Amino acid sequence: MHGWKAVLKREFTGYFATPVALVFIVIFLVLSGVFTFKLGGFFQRQQADLRPFFDFHPWLYLFLIPAVSMRLWAEERRSGTMELLLTLPITPWGAVVGKFVAAWLFAGLALALTFPIWMTVNFLGAPDQGAILTGYLGSFLLAGAFLAVGSVMSAATKSQVIAFILSVVVCLVLMLAGLPPVVDFIKDFAPVWLVDGVTGMSFLSRFDSVSRGVIDVRDIVYFVSVMGGCLLMTVMVLEGKKA
Amino acid sequence: MALIEVSKLTKRFSDTILAVDGVSFSVAAGEVVGFLGPNGAGKSTTMKMITGFLTPTSGSAHVAGFDVGEETLAAQQRMGYLPEGAPAYPDMTPESFLKFCAGARDLSGAARKDAVERAVSKTNLHGVLRQSIDTLSKGFKRRVGLAQAIMHDPQVLIMDEPTDGLDPNQKHEVRNLIKEMARAGGESGAGGKAIILSTHILEEVEAVCTRAVVISKGRIVADCTPAELLAKSRYHHAVTVTLYAPAGSRVREEMLNLGGVRNVEVAEAQQGRDGAAASYTVFPKDAGKVTAITPEVLGLCQQRGWRVAGVRTEEGRMDEVFRELTSGART
Repeated sequence: MHGWKAVLKREFTGYFATPVALVFIVIFLVLSGVFTFKLGGFFQRQQADLRPFFDFHPWLYLFLIPAVSMRLWAEERRSGTMELLLTLPITPWGAVVGKFVAAWLFAGLALALTFPIWMTVNFLGAPDQGAILTGYLGSFLLAGAFLAVGSVMSAATKSQVIAFILSVVVCLVLMLAGLPPVVDFIKDFAPVWLVDGVTGMSFLSRFDSVSRGVIDVRDIVYFVSVMGGCLLMTVMVLEGKKA
Repeated sequence: MALIEVSKLTKRFSDTILAVDGVSFSVAAGEVVGFLGPNGAGKSTTMKMITGFLTPTSGSAHVAGFDVGEETLAAQQRMGYLPEGAPAYPDMTPESFLKFCAGARDLSGAARKDAVERAVSKTNLHGVLRQSIDTLSKGFKRRVGLAQAIMHDPQVLIMDEPTDGLDPNQKHEVRNLIKEMARAGGESGAGGKAIILSTHILEEVEAVCTRAVVISKGRIVADCTPAELLAKSRYHHAVTVTLYAPAGSRVREEMLNLGGVRNVEVAEAQQGRDGAAASYTVFPKDAGKVTAITPEVLGLCQQRGWRVAGVRTEEGRMDEVFRELTSGART
């Protein structure tokens, strides 16, 4: 883990050295607003909660998060700074964790900047603050899981476009794994344990329960282990490219 | 003790590509080793293995006593590395970039400030510290890379083509910087640094290196001082005389009759004011002798009344030795 703090700091400030941060945050805030109020029917529901807000996060993340994660490693490899980074006294784990945490904090910042919607719902009624808190927690965990998947894809290729497309596809598969079309399709022929396994893989169903205010330790553990597993895979890909 | 110890380093990229094939050498403090070889000879690959960016297929490299493969971090903390092309993050300024590198090297507070300040003044980066790196000229970018490599005053310095693409003044500056670091050993006092630099500019080897390692097709084909390398040249201690001789003079034959002359080549003839001048290159029989055969040749010219327009005693020609060593390895 040596050097992760230096990497974290460089990466995080790096987002703000280019228009990347501004564009991402503005688009995220605008889209989440549009989804919440137009598609989600925030006012029409006449309920003081943030369900319509959180329900669209997985779909927003599906495209926005790979756009952040695609550059994590592919850009370093293309520009040659990878050689610099890995010959500084920074271990692969240090570099992987530093980059990931920076990206996660950045996503967290974008998420935190949605606070006006929380103020709005509090102004209009008396929402369940606990459910809102777990909603934010679930959304943050989901963003982290997407980022970790994107980190592996970015480490595996020099091309940011390929990294983006692969991340979107893998995240989509992980998201939809537990939804009825997929489950209906495989339960005709697959054994029960496999159906359960695939359902358990789903980002969506777990995100749903966390964002409804149901904190199940298994859901938290699931997201954290997806992140840990993906970061381990990133390290392995980096080590593999040395040989 | 040697600060860099490379033993039987081998890198195979696929079944057909053997980039580095059993390379062994060592570099002591105070030495500046010039790594020479044609493009694709394995210079960069060897350096990437010494710095821990690539894992060797077999063999090992030790830096300051630490095995690069086993104790990567300890080895990397003790060396500075300038990768080919001096990559740096284009969106950062030299100041923030150097601070990042210092942070990665566990320097903080006053120590970090000192290290950045020292590296900046050694590489003359003061004027561009707050400008983003992608707007800098090639020379400045190179200096940013150098500053990053020397900021922690490392015992071992490895540079992949440090002067490539620089103008003559910048080359001169970089060479002086390298020589100074090899001698002084920086603030840490003891001895100098062990420095490896790769180049294909042959004059650079004569200008800064105490030793030359020539590599061709992944193997070391010569490991000696630049002077010894020159002595391998067939021009070593040869004399080239440009002279005007009356028509009908048998210059070449008479020179061949001098004692100690192995061969005479008539290099070029040019039309001058007083008739035709020709250059004769006289090769001595025993090139290893300390003295050249200049006096004998000039004596002959005087005796015959040939007007001498120019005399050059050769130490040897680096490019010729280089060609000989690196293309000869094929046969």
